[in-house]
Amino acid sequence: MSEKPEISVEAYRQRTRRSLLTGGAAALAGLFGWVWVQKQPETHRIPTVLRKGHEFNESLWTELFRENHQARTFDLEAASILRVNGRRGLRSEIDLDNWQLTVRGPDGAELGRHVLDDIKRLPYHEMTIEHKCIEGWAQITNWGGARFSDFMQLYENQLPDNISHVYLETPDGGYYVSVDVQTMRHKQTLLAYNNLGEPISELNGAPLRLATPLKYGIKQLKRIGEIQFLTETGGDFWGERGYDWYAGL
Amino acid sequence: MTFHHPPPDETEQPATRKAVLKHRRGSRWMHWINFPLIVIMVWSGLRIYWAEDVYAFGILGWEWFKFFPESFYETLDLNRRLARGLAFHFNFAWLFTINGLAFVVYTWRTGEWRELAPNRRSLSGSLDVLLHDLRIRKEEPPKRGRYNEAQRLTYSLVILLGALAILSGFAIFKPTQVFPLTWILGGYTSARIIHFTVTLAFILFFVVHILQVARAGWRNFTSMVTGYELVDIEPDEPDEPAESPKSAEETADV
Ligand code: HEM
Repeated sequence: MSEKPEISVEAYRQRTRRSLLTGGAAALAGLFGWVWVQKQPETHRIPTVLRKGHEFNESLWTELFRENHQARTFDLEAASILRVNGRRGLRSEIDLDNWQLTVRGPDGAELGRHVLDDIKRLPYHEMTIEHKCIEGWAQITNWGGARFSDFMQLYENQLPDNISHVYLETPDGGYYVSVDVQTMRHKQTLLAYNNLGEPISELNGAPLRLATPLKYGIKQLKRIGEIQFLTETGGDFWGERGYDWYAGL
Repeated sequence: MTFHHPPPDETEQPATRKAVLKHRRGSRWMHWINFPLIVIMVWSGLRIYWAEDVYAFGILGWEWFKFFPESFYETLDLNRRLARGLAFHFNFAWLFTINGLAFVVYTWRTGEWRELAPNRRSLSGSLDVLLHDLRIRKEEPPKRGRYNEAQRLTYSLVILLGALAILSGFAIFKPTQVFPLTWILGGYTSARIIHFTVTLAFILFFVVHILQVARAGWRNFTSMVTGYELVDIEPDEPDEPAESPKSAEETADV
């Protein structure tokens, strides 16, 4: 219904009354919607509709993900040792010499164990990237280590075709993440043991950590103790505490 | 409304006022939908910003103002709400984007943009409006169509600001997947500063906009609700008394 460019004062009066009523009703509806969102039952500590929204974003950006899209890289001179921001999973003692990495299949069965030299035998890659924290800071740093895709190759014939996520956990189980396999297979996803050419410091995840510019820092687990290949998403420390499970960049 | 009827002899006179269409239905809806959306975006954005509130305004190394003092967050319940802030921000970002796109398409298809577009004279025209508003200059600057030059300039800029909020938002949302966008904005850190500055500009616009609307009065305000604004009809016969019996009626409206 198109509106006339001009109307009489009487018509205007009538309209004003009607419009104010419509406007009031719309405002009430908006308010109602707002309260509805706040009063929603929560899924992992945020209102369920918002969690659904995160999941919508996840499927959209998974669809738009392109393997050949690389995170920006920088000159090594711009890089510095990464700021330490979280200690979850690192609070227990670690004996670096006797550290081992356990690998499990979707059913939980152990598929293998590794010492650091096993990882060091894989082709070495370095990258100088911008590490991004979900809290809002970013820092250019440099990681060195093996590509996760090369590591995964070791297990390819033991795994079913439908691996969708990789679960990583610290030795004490104090911190854990699930990352989609798309990101894990990306060229810039490393099992890193060097930060600026030096062995990674303990608080930055020695002896081995996940490093990928395609995820926020919360996903880049330090001090990996266990890796499990999954056919659906698994536990995620911050995801269970209100954050987006995907946290992709 | 019988008690408001003017005496019979006056009804014979030609109407002295009419109502003209100022804001089309689509514009009105989108304007009012945008209002809560932008409030939610600023509010959730500030909850995100709280987690790492490093921006400050300084001159020559001297910090002049730090965004924001702790009491600011506490009063507005912005502290310790990063996860919720993100959840609201990344959901309502889509609604804000869709409404913004719809508005641009609508404004273009209906030709309404002609009422908004500034031109070469808009800058100096805006200065005239400013001087008038500050009561430094007496004569009222002319309107070109619906808006004066300052309004044209401000409203056009704020639409661009909305576009910049969306572009810089996506640039820091998926910097690798939409890398050309992040690159255009000077990289992730730079896009982030732009995103925050846009927020400050929105807040500033909001304050000025509310003050101006309050000053322009109730009829101007309701025109954004009803679409129409009452205007006086210019008397076409100069010998008719221009005096119109409007005073009583007009106050009854307010
Ligand atoms: C009216 C529009 C918007 C306003 C006022 C706004 C405001 C803000 C503010 C104040 C911040 C915190 C800045 C900081 O910590 O540096 C922020 C962060 C952010 N905004 Fe927006 N924003 C808007 C629209 C959008 C849109 C459309 C998107 C697109 C998805 C978006 C994505 C983001 C992202 C990704 C962050 C950073 C989150 C993080 O690093 O944890 N924003 N926004």
